[in-house]
Amino acid sequence: MAEKMMKPEQMAQITHRAPVFKGWMDAPVEIKQGIFCYAGKPQNLKYVDLPNPREWSPLDEDWKLPSNWKEIILEGLRERLERFRSLKIFMDICVRCGACADKCHFFIGGGDPRNMPVLRAELLRSVYRREFTQAGKILGKFAGARDLDYKVLKEWWYYFFQCSECRRCSLFCPYGIDTAEITIIARELLNLLGLNTDWISAPVANCYRTGNHLGIQPHAYKDMIEFFLDDIEGITGIRPEPSFNRKGAEVLFITPSGDVFADPGTYTCMGYLILFHYLQNLGLDLTWSTFSSEGGNFGYFTSHEMAKRLNAKMYAEAKRLGVKWILGGECGHMWRVLNQYMDTFNGPADFLEEPVSPITGTRFENAKTTKMVHITEFTADLIKHNKLKLEKSRNDHLKVTFHDSCNTARGMGLFEEPRYIIRNTCNYFYEMPENTIREQTFCCGSGSGLNAGENMELRLRGGLPRANAVKYVKEKHGVNMVACVCAIDRAVLPPLMDYWVPGVAVTGVHELVGNALILEGEKERETNLRGDPLPGMEEEEDV
Amino acid sequence: MNFFLSIVLSLGAVLLLVAIPWVGVGALDLSGFFGVFLPYVALIVFFVGLVYRVVGWACSPSPFRIPTTAGQQWSLPWIKHSWIDNPKGTFGVLVRMAFEVLTFRSLFRNTKLQFRSGPKIGYEWEKWLWLAALAFHYAFLTVVIRHLRFFTEPIPYFVQVIDHLDGFIQAGIAPIDGFMLPSVWLSGFVLLAAAAFLFLRRVLISQLSYLSLPADYFPLFLIGGIAFTGILMRYVWKVDIVGVKTLTLGLVTFSPKVPEGIGVLFYIHLFLVCALLAYIPFSKIVHMAGVFLSPTRNLSNNSRFVRHVNPWNYPVKVHTYEEYEEEFRDKMIEAGLPVEKEGSAE
Repeated sequence: MAEKMMKPEQMAQITHRAPVFKGWMDAPVEIKQGIFCYAGKPQNLKYVDLPNPREWSPLDEDWKLPSNWKEIILEGLRERLERFRSLKIFMDICVRCGACADKCHFFIGGGDPRNMPVLRAELLRSVYRREFTQAGKILGKFAGARDLDYKVLKEWWYYFFQCSECRRCSLFCPYGIDTAEITIIARELLNLLGLNTDWISAPVANCYRTGNHLGIQPHAYKDMIEFFLDDIEGITGIRPEPSFNRKGAEVLFITPSGDVFADPGTYTCMGYLILFHYLQNLGLDLTWSTFSSEGGNFGYFTSHEMAKRLNAKMYAEAKRLGVKWILGGECGHMWRVLNQYMDTFNGPADFLEEPVSPITGTRFENAKTTKMVHITEFTADLIKHNKLKLEKSRNDHLKVTFHDSCNTARGMGLFEEPRYIIRNTCNYFYEMPENTIREQTFCCGSGSGLNAGENMELRLRGGLPRANAVKYVKEKHGVNMVACVCAIDRAVLPPLMDYWVPGVAVTGVHELVGNALILEGEKERETNLRGDPLPGMEEEEDV
Repeated sequence: MNFFLSIVLSLGAVLLLVAIPWVGVGALDLSGFFGVFLPYVALIVFFVGLVYRVVGWACSPSPFRIPTTAGQQWSLPWIKHSWIDNPKGTFGVLVRMAFEVLTFRSLFRNTKLQFRSGPKIGYEWEKWLWLAALAFHYAFLTVVIRHLRFFTEPIPYFVQVIDHLDGFIQAGIAPIDGFMLPSVWLSGFVLLAAAAFLFLRRVLISQLSYLSLPADYFPLFLIGGIAFTGILMRYVWKVDIVGVKTLTLGLVTFSPKVPEGIGVLFYIHLFLVCALLAYIPFSKIVHMAGVFLSPTRNLSNNSRFVRHVNPWNYPVKVHTYEEYEEEFRDKMIEAGLPVEKEGSAE
């Protein structure tokens, strides 16, 4: 970021009043620095055969589109109306009651009226009416219809990449209209013309080639984990021995690559490694994979097809290695895809078995067909059966709150499992206000591929409602740690907290497990996984 | 189009709809056209249109299970499952849909943003929209059921019961039944009041006026006009009620008769109803049918344990492990990672 970020007090000067005497269709759209992400690079589009690869910039007048771009979009829309009942219904039945209007974090933190979910949908709906409904064809503007032109297309791109597909609006909608679904399909349409963002198309190309978003090659992936093993050995005196691409293992473990790459996700990854090592003696036979080394799926932010293409690696690798079932790490949209799409995309996974915990014997009936278990389900089950020796007091310097990720909240319903683990690994746990957690949780502001650097203003604005709820528990209970089960959260919440609520750090749930878990034969730990002194060890550190 | 223009246009459209039968029946005496022909046409448009829309929606599949989960998933046996808000099967979905359709459960969650400097952000209690919506829809339903008395002979018992319940206020204000005023039916007034609330809300909340279309004001004015003309007929400018029933019974028995001297106000009322019926399938009011097909509400969250098939699922190009190993084999071997084919590493 070349420009200096405005101060929080300035950023928080937000008006939510919409202009009264100007209809939104007539209001101009200004594509602003700090809000949009850079355009996708041609080589990344080419690598995965996405249309219209070229150099372009959103600030350019000319976006270098094929001359028949309008036909492409309208034909694409027609096709998707036939494929998705959701789209057809959501285009037709909105009554614009406005219940969703003030539920979107981008509207709350930014005040741009086009970020009201209903209006975001109307951007597409207005064109749908003109082209696909009699009323729109005959009555035009009176029926809320408008022509698709270049300006409208730019408006689409700008605003459909300002939605993080968090589905909070869909919770409040009396008809369940889901803006995420509309955004997903709108982005699919935009991608037909090569309109996307670099922060999405680069991870997609990387994931396709190397198996993970960050483009980490197999040897480097292994190296990175080796670093963690060094650290773990230094802290606990014990060196876990994970295996990679090992055929015949019982369980394949897949987690977002962010966990092996960036702090504080790396500490979560160390937590996994410690847990798996602990369980090895109890009968866990698990392997990591460098080929399927990504839980997240940025294809999902491109199109359903691209989501499927990237997701296919999981079952392919499980089949190749001959494992019985798959364990999935902490991630948000990864789990929406696994829960609501994976089996439909790439199933049936009839070469796998219904997952059973080798330690407790618990049959994960809720993963009967996907054969994929969430690690917090797995760990919560272990704790419930008293299989883990935990020393909670090692986390006593933490006053923890829990941020529900949008996708595991409203696309799955994973609420109690992580909380159960936190309560069993920490003595101090405080919930944020009820309108900001669980199914009503607020997005981190950077989901669905919006976690780039150049759109930092958008991210800070979108994250304001979340940050504000953290601030509330910080002031009330002295909370200094936000726990989460999402790799994007772990990457984006730290700068968000630094900006709005300095002094609050971010952790994955399994970092807390890694710190509390007592390994057999470990030395007395003086620091936690971050290298910070444990409670009661501070003075020795000073010597 | 700003809100002012939207309101003027929609109000103008409704006034035009009032003027048409006024002239048509009042001046040109086309009571047969307005009393028989148009109601049949409107009904046909309504039914055919609605079926057309629903079939249109149903023709598109739900390729993926995308319920909005609003509660704890069904997972480990000792974790309490939220079976209504995160249903795992058909029964849960039915209960969820019933709550949604009958009590507007999602709307009940509504909160109102309170943004104060600091910033201090609050999400406050806001049930007025829910309450107004509930009042509006149930009043409308009551009015419709009450009107069945015009289309049945003898009048079914449940219609009489609804009449009685709807008119309970009578006991309080006029002890002698039929004295001065006919018994007051609450529903018509509630309907009008709720429509007025929904209208004012649209105008006074800037966010709403910004996003409202003429197509949002028009049905409110239209329904308001129907309620208003209905109330006028009953309490102020009475029409020949026996004549009305002759006409309406004639319509349902397919032996239409048009009695003389019913009064033009009735024809205005009837014409507005016809306009509404014909308008429903082509407007946002189809939400009454669409809500039942909404995939985020009518699907269970079971796609991890019951296979859901996408009818248009097609094979896609993937990057295979073989291609991956081909590219990285040497590096993999060097790093001690197992490979399928021992490669060219010297």
